[in-house]
Amino acid sequence: MSTAGWLQAAFLLMVLVAVHVPLGDYMARAFTSDRHWRIEKAIYRTVGIDPDGEQDWRRYLTATLAFTAMSIAALFFLFLWQDLLPWDHGHPGLGWMLALNTAVSFTTNTSWQNYAGETTMGHVSVMAGLGVQAFASAAVGLCVALALVRGLTRHSTKDLGNFWVDLVRSIVRILLPIAAVAGIVLLALGVEQNLHGTQLSPTLAGGAGTQKIVGGPVASWEPIKLMSGDGGGFFNASSAHPFENPNAWSNGIEILLMLLVPVAFIRTFGRLVGSLKQSWTLLTVVGILFVGLLLAASLAQGAHSGTVPTAVGGQTEGTEVRFGVPGSTMFGLSATGSADGAANSSYDSFSSLGGGTLMAAMMLGEIAPGGTGSGLYGLIMIVLVAVFIGGLMVGRTPEYLRKRIGVGEMRYVVSYALVAPTLILVASAIAVALPAGRAGMGNSGAHGLSEVVYAATSTTQSNGSSFGGLSGNTPFYNLGMCVTMLVGRYLPMVFVLALAGRLAGQKPGAVTTGTLRASGVNFVALATGAAVLLALLNFLPALSLGPLADGMR
Amino acid sequence: MQSQVLAGRAPRVGAGALRPGQLASAVPEALRKLDPRRQVRMPVMFVTEVGAALTTVLALWHGGWFGWLITVWLWLTVVFANLAEAVAESRGRAQADSLRRTRQQTNARKLIGWRLGAEVEAQQVAAEELRRGDHVVVEAGQLIPGDGDVVEGVASVDESAITGESAPVIRESGGDRSAVTGGTRVLSDRIVVEITSDPGRSFLDRMIALVEGAQRRKTPNELALNLLLVALTFVFLVAVVTLQPMAIFSKQANGATPVSGALTANGVTGVVLVGLLVCLIPTTIGALLSAIGIAGMDRMVQRNVLAMSGRAVEAAGDVHTLLLDKTGTITFGNRQASDFHPIGGAGEDELAEAALLASLADETPEGRSIVEFARRHYGFADLAESSSAELVPFSATTRMSGVDLTEPKVRQLRKGAARAIANWVRQAGGTVPRELEQVVDQVSETGSTPLAVAECVDGKARVLGVIQLKDVVKPGLAARFAELRTMGIKTVMITGDNPVTAKAIAAEAGVDEFMAEATPEQKLARIKAEQAEGKLVAMTGDGTNDAPALAQADVGVAMNTGTSAAKEAGNMVDLDSDPTKIIEIVEIGKQLLITRGALTAFSIANDVAKYFAILPAMFGVVYPGLKALNVMGLHSAQSAIMSAVVFNALIIVALIPLALRGVRYRPAGASALLTRNLWVYGLGGLIAPFIAIKALDLCLVRFLPGM
Repeated sequence: MSTAGWLQAAFLLMVLVAVHVPLGDYMARAFTSDRHWRIEKAIYRTVGIDPDGEQDWRRYLTATLAFTAMSIAALFFLFLWQDLLPWDHGHPGLGWMLALNTAVSFTTNTSWQNYAGETTMGHVSVMAGLGVQAFASAAVGLCVALALVRGLTRHSTKDLGNFWVDLVRSIVRILLPIAAVAGIVLLALGVEQNLHGTQLSPTLAGGAGTQKIVGGPVASWEPIKLMSGDGGGFFNASSAHPFENPNAWSNGIEILLMLLVPVAFIRTFGRLVGSLKQSWTLLTVVGILFVGLLLAASLAQGAHSGTVPTAVGGQTEGTEVRFGVPGSTMFGLSATGSADGAANSSYDSFSSLGGGTLMAAMMLGEIAPGGTGSGLYGLIMIVLVAVFIGGLMVGRTPEYLRKRIGVGEMRYVVSYALVAPTLILVASAIAVALPAGRAGMGNSGAHGLSEVVYAATSTTQSNGSSFGGLSGNTPFYNLGMCVTMLVGRYLPMVFVLALAGRLAGQKPGAVTTGTLRASGVNFVALATGAAVLLALLNFLPALSLGPLADGMR
Repeated sequence: MQSQVLAGRAPRVGAGALRPGQLASAVPEALRKLDPRRQVRMPVMFVTEVGAALTTVLALWHGGWFGWLITVWLWLTVVFANLAEAVAESRGRAQADSLRRTRQQTNARKLIGWRLGAEVEAQQVAAEELRRGDHVVVEAGQLIPGDGDVVEGVASVDESAITGESAPVIRESGGDRSAVTGGTRVLSDRIVVEITSDPGRSFLDRMIALVEGAQRRKTPNELALNLLLVALTFVFLVAVVTLQPMAIFSKQANGATPVSGALTANGVTGVVLVGLLVCLIPTTIGALLSAIGIAGMDRMVQRNVLAMSGRAVEAAGDVHTLLLDKTGTITFGNRQASDFHPIGGAGEDELAEAALLASLADETPEGRSIVEFARRHYGFADLAESSSAELVPFSATTRMSGVDLTEPKVRQLRKGAARAIANWVRQAGGTVPRELEQVVDQVSETGSTPLAVAECVDGKARVLGVIQLKDVVKPGLAARFAELRTMGIKTVMITGDNPVTAKAIAAEAGVDEFMAEATPEQKLARIKAEQAEGKLVAMTGDGTNDAPALAQADVGVAMNTGTSAAKEAGNMVDLDSDPTKIIEIVEIGKQLLITRGALTAFSIANDVAKYFAILPAMFGVVYPGLKALNVMGLHSAQSAIMSAVVFNALIIVALIPLALRGVRYRPAGASALLTRNLWVYGLGGLIAPFIAIKALDLCLVRFLPGM
């Protein structure tokens, strides 16, 4: 990567670190405040919720899943019958399988798209369906993470907070205000916002040629699409399309938006557990993983082999010239690292090892920095595995933030850790073994395998980005992905909430010099090492037949 | 681990390093353990055994020397794991045998309807017939037939069978030295014992069961770790099984590539796939886990500590607060005269002589120390014997002792607590100088005990001065407590002394806190208060009034000399009755956990090198680029896979001594321990197998030319 590319990346990360402090502090206040805003009270009254009632983990989980089920059903029927609604601009209702896949995809914060946005979705589907779910699904992630944090900070109780209050506050106090401001900024930078359909206009060259200009409510969706870790594009080309991402400035802002809430939430975590040292420690772990991946991806993308890459100084295939190789690499890694499926270039066209790095960012468990809320709880789960081994190594029953990690706690931690690798590997194996799975591959051999493994990883980890070569709008992939997306999103949540319930019931232990400190160089090395090692051990065989085989020649 | 102060006696049964002979003699047991019904308890090794069985079938089916070699080494992996457990168990069994030898067939002389003071006819019964609540009489030379409390009489008892200590101990009715253990021998006198355990539930029975591991249940941390190992095994099983369809796809997509020993059109050969699986699942820690646990209990027994459960040993490693009795633990327990302070014009020699005479009746260690001090420093060698005197023993009501002399003149000498002496002087018409109070305070402030001395000659009483009795702190303890502090363990000294004395001794010994004038109730309350703060508390005790506190404490170490109630209440018994042993107990608990954690990290980190050996060997034919992953430069696909499998098996044997001994442990804070163990076992586990597998590859190629 060029010096300018590095400077750009460094600048963005510095801005991110600077902004995450006030935002994280604000979020902590928002979640702990005991005052309800007037609009929130109105919502609680309308829906019939007691905002001051506490829920134990089972009721919290029930609320989460009930909300999810309702969301999927609403989206499903919206897509099915979108042609009955205004501003459909002639787009027919979706087939039931695609509708189901898309409903599940956006509810699970995955936003895998087995369709091209501008030729499939009516504007109401976008605004009332996809846009609303971007807020809601991100908020659900924050809710579950909050419940886990309460499990760590509270003691001798069953109460984990109130799902509905957490949900409403996440949206009203955090996501909506940022989205509104960012939307106006992006609008000013040239992202379009209207309710038009496709218009024909003459080309610059004049003459008889015309081009199609697709209109739509893009700027209102764009910020939350990025912030939520959702990532579905209005256009098939997603953030590579000039109406979604017009220039280098908007590109930088979009990268920031993807990383903003997950990173700030680490700060919120520090505030909530009463130790900013904790948040700086976790941020360091995340930073090392992110920068390490960025370095790997940049080296792969900047490698000059072959005539064309040598001439232009990098792997330009599939990249937008407006952003160049560095801008695409940074965007790609931010998207895959933050469970955000957005793309400003074709990941399928990345160099094999560069694409493999994007895959690895997801295989880490979406923790660097991961999805909205889900990034933090994923990170804490990895930290608990690390703390368990580290705790034994200092000769004590393992503890984290004064909570003991015993048999009961480990049961949920390891269950959590098993879900994603099992699902990804089994789904990939089935897809590779069955003709229906092979039929979707856009390439043969190792690259074809990469496409399948990428899809399985992306849907399981609620990422949603894709190696575009795979044709997913088939019964096999539409329905198979529903399974990976649903199980990959909610089964881990079950374990997180169950763990939170157990932790909340504990009495806090005492901290002495004999207690493993959850900070400092050793702890960072332990946590980072555990994250890398577990991902490596789980996925190295599959990676070796996919991107590694593809890239090492 | 050993310090000068606490250096124990030679262990009762051979301990420490592993002798090669032990390994060899454990082989038959290791083979017996191949029974799948026994393997099922250890999921990691069960998967390995199933894998070995599978490759056996495959080798029988297809033949081929490579398949057979892998099969043999997979079986060896299971055998080595069994060997680790068998060796650990055999060491426990040796101890159990030596204990069992002491459990001889004994007859008991049962007293039916015994009451204190009543003469009852003894009846001969077999020891096994004794029940809780029966009374037996035991006389010199006889074995005590069962566990119990002495309810009448006093006797010296040889407890060497249990404790290994040859010096006899005194057991007497009432008080805190009333407990006797079945199988020990009465050396003198006659005692009546009330039996406190039913047959088969005696102390000896429990002890044998413990060291044999018959009652061994997995401890909480072991269960949690086991969960992690099962999860890792599962995920590797998934990784290996799902690899097959991907391998078949890759082979088909590159049809032109040749078939290799590892990869055919039907995918990776079964033998190689199983080999990969066994290399990946955490066999190293899985194989050694139970041996580590057994060896931890064993180390306790070697230090003459009986832990009633592995859970208690683990809890010892977690302790935050140690409650230590001052007497016997921190100080030698007997205060010794260190100075004479004359008062009111009395000369130092005069005081010394009076102190000496007044102490002749005092058979307590303090009294003897006064006599000795006076003789040594003031030269009254023959004085005591030549005097005609009437001794006045100490009584709780007068709180004084002394002597009444008639020659050369009528003279009464008294020594005792300052207030008691002052009262005595005033009653005899004397005056008490204010100086006494000052000197007493001065002495008390240094942590010593003041004893006032007074005389009454011809009806005139006066105070002569003050004897300073110093509580001698055991040497080396301050350093030991400093170590505990770095380990994050707070020491609290419990004493019945007044706060001033307690403070001075606490400062000298270097404990963190002290509880003065403590009653058993306060002790219990203190434990509960610490626990309410989330702390784990350990304590030692021997008296019946310690029992509630011992039961409340997370780790309660009862002294073997203590009462049955204390032993029942605690979760450990120290056969040496050495209260400082608790420090070692904590260290053993920590070492046990550290060994598990370190070997787990080592085992997981090992997998990276195995991947680098096996993946290029499997897929290098299809994708020649992957041969770049062969960073070790292994000779061939076969030799690479073989080396990884052999390494995986041999590392178990190599680590058996470490598992039995425990990893090196020096008292330190968590940060220092993590630094050391993370880099030694984590990073070491990453690097070591690269070197070892390369070395094995070189050997294999050299000695097996077909590789």
